[in-house]
Amino acid sequence: MARAVTTRQKTINSLVAWMVGLLIFFPILWIIIMSFKAEGDAIKAPLEVLNAPWTLENYGVVQERSDYSRHFVNSVILAFGSTLLGLLVAVPAAWAMAFVPSKRTKDILLWMLSTKMLPAVGVLYPIYLLFIQLGLLDSRAGLVVVLMLINLPIIVWMLYTYFKEIPGEILEAARMDGATLHEEILYVLTPMAIPGMASTVLLNVILAWNEAFWTLNLTAAKAAPLTAFIASYSSPEGLFYAKLSAASTMAIAPILIMGWFSQKQLVRGLTFGAVK
Amino acid sequence: MGQIQLNQVSKSFGSIEVIPPLDLAIEDGEFVVFVGPSGCGKSTLLRLIAGLEDVTEGRVMIDGKDATEIAPAKRGLAMVFQSYALYPHMSVRKNIAFPLRMAGLDKAEQDKCVAQAAEVLNLTDYLDRRPGQLSGGQRQRVAIGRAIVREPAAFLFDEPLSNLDAALRVGMRLEISELHKRLKTTMIYVTHDQVEAMTMADKIVVLQAGVIEQVGSPLELYQRPRNTFVAGFIGSPKMNLIQGAEADKHGAATIGIRPEHIDINENEGLWRGTVGVSEHLGSDTFFHIQCNASHEPLTVRATGEMALEYGADVHVTPRTEHLHKFDARGLRMQ
Repeated sequence: MARAVTTRQKTINSLVAWMVGLLIFFPILWIIIMSFKAEGDAIKAPLEVLNAPWTLENYGVVQERSDYSRHFVNSVILAFGSTLLGLLVAVPAAWAMAFVPSKRTKDILLWMLSTKMLPAVGVLYPIYLLFIQLGLLDSRAGLVVVLMLINLPIIVWMLYTYFKEIPGEILEAARMDGATLHEEILYVLTPMAIPGMASTVLLNVILAWNEAFWTLNLTAAKAAPLTAFIASYSSPEGLFYAKLSAASTMAIAPILIMGWFSQKQLVRGLTFGAVK
Repeated sequence: MGQIQLNQVSKSFGSIEVIPPLDLAIEDGEFVVFVGPSGCGKSTLLRLIAGLEDVTEGRVMIDGKDATEIAPAKRGLAMVFQSYALYPHMSVRKNIAFPLRMAGLDKAEQDKCVAQAAEVLNLTDYLDRRPGQLSGGQRQRVAIGRAIVREPAAFLFDEPLSNLDAALRVGMRLEISELHKRLKTTMIYVTHDQVEAMTMADKIVVLQAGVIEQVGSPLELYQRPRNTFVAGFIGSPKMNLIQGAEADKHGAATIGIRPEHIDINENEGLWRGTVGVSEHLGSDTFFHIQCNASHEPLTVRATGEMALEYGADVHVTPRTEHLHKFDARGLRMQ
């Protein structure tokens, strides 16, 4: 009997989990469905949308009207560029805080995180002016720096958490074994921190890929990534739901696929230290 | 060579002095055990010798040379950590070869040394495994292997057996003692377990709150503890310490008597008492006897065959020739 109850409970739990999952995924699913419908059919009642004939027409139009590949390349450069630059800054920072902590280390970490609580628009004006003065408007370089800075607290936090998990005794053993600081980092610490670095990179690539506020405000044509590509379809001439959906699908597909294949690593990275 | 000398070495963390200035000489080839309750500074002292902590004041001399400012790797010492501290991403072979690789030895030389160490430590079959695939005892052997290949002037062990289960601990204890007999290299061994200290050491250093309470051979410490702390700490079960009227009779503030130096008799004896809990170990029996001479129950060692009922009235008599006397400061009286 006990077993029967457990099975029923399990089924209910699974159903609830699936429903929640579907609820979260539904908007994305609907966008994908709409992207395969004719412009006229896409705005009909939901059931009629499903019954309407399927078409690839929107993708053709979107491809013709805007340069997908240029936006895609920009997205890749901004997402990976900002993440790598972030790592360069965050690794030494997290390193110092994890292995040579001072009395103020916790305060510094919290202060860094607190910058994420500031509404981005609050600093838009000064940053915009800075960009004008430095001639960085609509440039990839400028945007890479801004995206790096807004994600830096997260990168530092994640790496700090990972480094904290590496036992200090192992590093001391390396020191006793004759490793210089350089060798200690190269042969002992880095190989042990690679899983952590991988999930940090992954999460930050996703965050930078999806970032819209700064990319929309600081780019026009040259440096515009896929977020700007989507936005260009909510135009003043009217809403083109089907085309907007096609553009969105094309924009999110790469990161969705990447996320799908690396979800294990990602979940491990996000829950590291929390469930140990 | 492996002679180590500490001259007025002290260590403070901020304003807290964990080790007041102390002197200690460790001779070449000696097996020295630092023992004391947790937090007594024994691991810190070991780390000062290793160079993993900087001394606040004083000098650390290794083989007559001042090593105070020398980096850990250059002191010619090898350390075995409590957590083993193996490199988890490397095979056993690479773990053991790591110090040789850092020293710039060529591959063939490395392989030769690793093979030798593996042979000594029965690790030959495990050389290609990762530390995660080994048992606790095997991991400990790998850690020792990594230390051996360096051919150090001295081995430093930081509570190396505390993560092992009781049976394995006894086995490894013997292995380490055996290794010392074979290599004849200086070994400094930190433990809080006084049984380990007694069984392994040539010389025991008893520490409390960073202060050396006594230095001597295991039997010296057992038979002539310098103060009440050492008397209570060395020996298992610990020495019975009695204060008050009974101590006064001997002109001391505290008298001490070991459990094996008390005789039990059901009919006559010096002190009357009631039998409490009995611990039967097979070879011996320890009786805890509440008696009029002492507030604390006395621990008395008897033969394994002896059986006394809980609550039985008995008489106990300490053998006066084995009585230890301590003054009001807790120091041994001659």
